[in-house]
Amino acid sequence: MNDSAVPDHPCPARRRWMAVLARAKADSIAGLLGACGPLPAHMILRGPEPGLVMVRGRTGGGGSSFNLGEMTVTRCTVRTDTGFVGHAYVAGREERRAELAALVDALMQDDERSAAIEAHVIAPLERQQTDLKAGRAAKAAATRVQFFAMQTMRT
Amino acid sequence: MSSGLSPGFGDPVGDAQSCFRAVLDAMARPGQVHRVGGVTAPGPLCNAAAAVLLTLADQETPLWLDEAAEPARAWIAFHTGAPIVATGRAMFAMALSLPDLSDFSDGSDEMPETSATIILQTASLREGRRFVMEGPGLREPRTLAIDGVPADFGGLWQRNHGLYPRGVDLILCAGDELTALPRSVSIREA
Repeated sequence: MNDSAVPDHPCPARRRWMAVLARAKADSIAGLLGACGPLPAHMILRGPEPGLVMVRGRTGGGGSSFNLGEMTVTRCTVRTDTGFVGHAYVAGREERRAELAALVDALMQDDERSAAIEAHVIAPLERQQTDLKAGRAAKAAATRVQFFAMQTMRT
Repeated sequence: MSSGLSPGFGDPVGDAQSCFRAVLDAMARPGQVHRVGGVTAPGPLCNAAAAVLLTLADQETPLWLDEAAEPARAWIAFHTGAPIVATGRAMFAMALSLPDLSDFSDGSDEMPETSATIILQTASLREGRRFVMEGPGLREPRTLAIDGVPADFGGLWQRNHGLYPRGVDLILCAGDELTALPRSVSIREA
């Protein structure tokens, strides 16, 4: 999941926080949001509703694209009482997670709140996710076989 | 990005199915008035017109939008995803006053089903100008009152009816009610 590939995204900041929210668990978003004080009420415009999206692949980045398979995605759109509309698409069928992610997306667009939400929700979630990724990478790296070493030993 | 978007159907599957049934019945029995619900329409649309749009329009149905319906454009785009196009390419049209019917696709003799369906919002389907309808689906002529069509509506419609099997179909909406006027039906002012 490398998301630096698409150039000229209209709103790279929003892209970043939506990616963080899409990977976060419902309980961690809810826990971190709880620490942000009172939040504006929100109404649901659409969903949360599960559906299927076709995942497309491309061999080696140069081959022609093919349908890899379908995956379950839950989407949700909310509007806060302050008038901001937030969207979320998350993998799986956990509806609460999609709603919380959409709510945070809406709050992040509100200039009065975005700094607090960034500090209390987005940044900690991003840290958790990079730590997890680094931990996994380190674990995998420990089992790596160095073929060139065996080659050197034989000669 | 502040906006006044409002929700669509309360029960997306059930409400869309019952509205679809109402449109189907109205097409089969022209002039029969049905109640539809489940949605609070964004201005200036009436609830029935909004329900029909949510039921019939999607990404694959190009829609023409009356200039007067412009305030509802964002709502329609969000909930249906239908591309907004010029009259000639539209499969559906959302009109607040009767547009020129000849601007819309009337299909071809081989594929008459490719013609446009016009959703026309009117003030009332209970009072106003009265028309006697005759044609398939009507054992006896039926009278329908429409408030909000131009004085020469009878003549305009007969021109469309004369194109049969080509021609456009009309879904009339007022408040929470709808009825249909398929191209197969001929009308005269009562």
